Amino acid sequence: MLSRTADSLYWLARYVERAENVARIVLVGHRMASMARSLGGGGEEWLSTLIATGCEPGFFAKYSSPDSGAVIDYLVRDPDNSSSVFACLETARRNARAVRTALTADMWDALNETWLKARDYASQQMTLDTAPAFLEWVRERSQLFNGAYDSTMLRNDAFYFTRLGTFLERADNTARILDVKYYLLLPQDEGVGGALDYYQWQSILRSVSALRAYHWVYHDRLQPWLIAELLLLRREMPRSLLSCYDQITRYLDLIAEDYGGDRGECHRLAGEAHARLRYGKIAKIFQGGLHEFLTDFIDRSILLGGEISNLYLT
Amino acid sequence: MASPPASLAFGAPAFDETGLPGECLQQYELIKRWLDETPRAAVELKRREAELLFRRIGITFAVYAEGGSPERLIPFDIIPRVLAPAEWNTLQRGLTQRVKALNAFIRDVYHDREILHAGRIPAPLILHNDGFRPEMQGFVPPQGVYAHVAGIDMVRVGPSDFYVLEDNCRTPSGVSYMLENREAMMRLFPDLYARHRIAPVSHYPEELHDTLRSVAPENCEGEPTIVLLTPGANNSAYYEHSFLADEMGIELVEGVDLVVEDNIVYMRTTEGPRRVDVIYRRLDDDYLDPLTFLPDTLLGTPGLFTAFRSGNVTLANAVGAGIADDKSIYPFVPEMIRFYLGEEPILANVPTWRCAETEDLLYVLDHLGDLVVKETHGSGGYGMLVGPHASRAEIETFAARLKARPQDYIAQPTLALSTCPTFVENGIAPRHVDLRPFVLAGKDIRIVPGGLTRVALRDGSLVVNSSQGGGTKDTWVLESLGHAQPYRR
Repeated sequence: MLSRTADSLYWLARYVERAENVARIVLVGHRMASMARSLGGGGEEWLSTLIATGCEPGFFAKYSSPDSGAVIDYLVRDPDNSSSVFACLETARRNARAVRTALTADMWDALNETWLKARDYASQQMTLDTAPAFLEWVRERSQLFNGAYDSTMLRNDAFYFTRLGTFLERADNTARILDVKYYLLLPQDEGVGGALDYYQWQSILRSVSALRAYHWVYHDRLQPWLIAELLLLRREMPRSLLSCYDQITRYLDLIAEDYGGDRGECHRLAGEAHARLRYGKIAKIFQGGLHEFLTDFIDRSILLGGEISNLYLT
Repeated sequence: MASPPASLAFGAPAFDETGLPGECLQQYELIKRWLDETPRAAVELKRREAELLFRRIGITFAVYAEGGSPERLIPFDIIPRVLAPAEWNTLQRGLTQRVKALNAFIRDVYHDREILHAGRIPAPLILHNDGFRPEMQGFVPPQGVYAHVAGIDMVRVGPSDFYVLEDNCRTPSGVSYMLENREAMMRLFPDLYARHRIAPVSHYPEELHDTLRSVAPENCEGEPTIVLLTPGANNSAYYEHSFLADEMGIELVEGVDLVVEDNIVYMRTTEGPRRVDVIYRRLDDDYLDPLTFLPDTLLGTPGLFTAFRSGNVTLANAVGAGIADDKSIYPFVPEMIRFYLGEEPILANVPTWRCAETEDLLYVLDHLGDLVVKETHGSGGYGMLVGPHASRAEIETFAARLKARPQDYIAQPTLALSTCPTFVENGIAPRHVDLRPFVLAGKDIRIVPGGLTRVALRDGSLVVNSSQGGGTKDTWVLESLGHAQPYRR
């Protein structure tokens, strides 16, 4: 297939996933902020939301303080913010439009209708009250898109590149969400295990739809190291880093086999990262520092994306 | 030419294709009955359904020089336009004849120029024409075909009076609307559709694919690799490009996806370079190759033209085909048919004054209020004057331009274009229509029955271009006048 087509499919999937993830992060920020008010929290929730989405520098170029209204509008609707939910949907559709022929009708329909309706939503300012309904809807639409491509695309290289986009983005997002809670949110004077701490961890799990999963897997109260283990190393958790890398290595291998067996640096990087997750132990990770582990992971994922691009997408 | 035939004079009442007042031609009987019997609200509902359908599948059309939304929808009118078998038969023969002659003309112009030596067309008109590409001299593309896809714009002024309004031999667009309009009609009105015997059009992409395959370079072994070259997603016809590539199952490429090495064209794929044999290009000559044509463009591919001239890749349509559709050449097409084919033209031209001729210019200047004046190099309805609809000031401005560069203009009588019943704000009313059939030329000539009917939605307007507020209709060519099924209630 054309390199440009593969590139667009890859980014299309990444941006749909990113729209969903930013939506999830804002929803959880919203929830944390409401709880913090009643539980006397540190008021850092909206700042943490900006950091988790990587939107902090852009935001402060435009606003001076992270109050809820400004952050919500910036993350959800602002067309100037390339990572806002709306901008992600628009970029996704632009990529889709550039490779219309590589998309199934169901994929295009899912995406095009999403964009058309999102445009209506985005014509007004987003507020604390109006954002949640929109964000829930975006999550549904992203899942519709993922379902559409999963159930209609031919299982060939086009599908594999789309998959790569989804899982690279998803892994990146899970790492960021976890990092923000662990590194940033807990105020100094609030002990681990306090009420606020508890509800924040609960919100993290909610943001990746894993609260129930946690209880099924651990039958235990919420423990930070178990939550970290669930989101990093548990294969059965579909948004965990290991789970995502299971998929990434799988699809990279399928692509290599399709193309005659040659592998490149991206295969080595993916295999290495996969092994670290596959055979990693949560106690060891905490020993070295969870924040350090996550930062390193995010950097390596960026490198991997670059190498995939070098080998196939340009 | 001194004065136009009386039947073409402005002010003559327009011919309505359903028949004279009080009567209804057989091909429109069922539609008329259907319109009479279906409650207005039900039809209104269908119209909205149609609009949703079109927006959802993403048929969009960017309108240049307008601040409006870049993805405005072209209005679709749900009342089909119907052509009887005999009417289509004549058109088909005439179109085949015309496109054969146009291709013969292009070949001649880039070789021996017999038609110029015979004095049938003034030589300067060709050699100083912007559409003439000296780079093409002495080169014969595969099968000797230059205009592989031609869109011939037809208008009608009476029961059997069809005229060719213009030829489009470069990168004519609109065929996706023809196909999608049909799909929409079949989905919205299955019953009405089933009651007619309508010639199908949905095989157009296959016919196009066959045509392109038949013009693969001689050195191509095995199944040729065919691609569609688009200027990109911002082009007004991008939807059509992606639609056709999709239907034919070929790659939709942009200039950056292609690379030329040793005069061979490759596309960049995830598996490395792959050789390309035929390029259905929807990119104008000027932008194809910065080494040969406009140097600053990023849309094309360096070296593409030399690869084409070396016979290693086919460009469809060929570079330089535009010499045949220039408006200053148009008046000579009937002469081409006589000269190359030894036949009388089946389809007539609209009488045309060439303002380059002093006598014609004087007549045009005297009658600006009655005529349509067009720039010879313009397209899309821009830069033209519709005399009867222009203000005195507009006419005066135009007269000045005309006097300054008369060779850039032609003039035609304001035709009373035929009308078809059309949905408008307050009900159903007659609106002017034209027809663009698409003619495919490869090893042989093929035409899918019908074409794109464009309709001027504004009352009294004669301009059907989508860039000027025109809409489209499905065009039904009936295979027989009998009803396919008994009428059901």
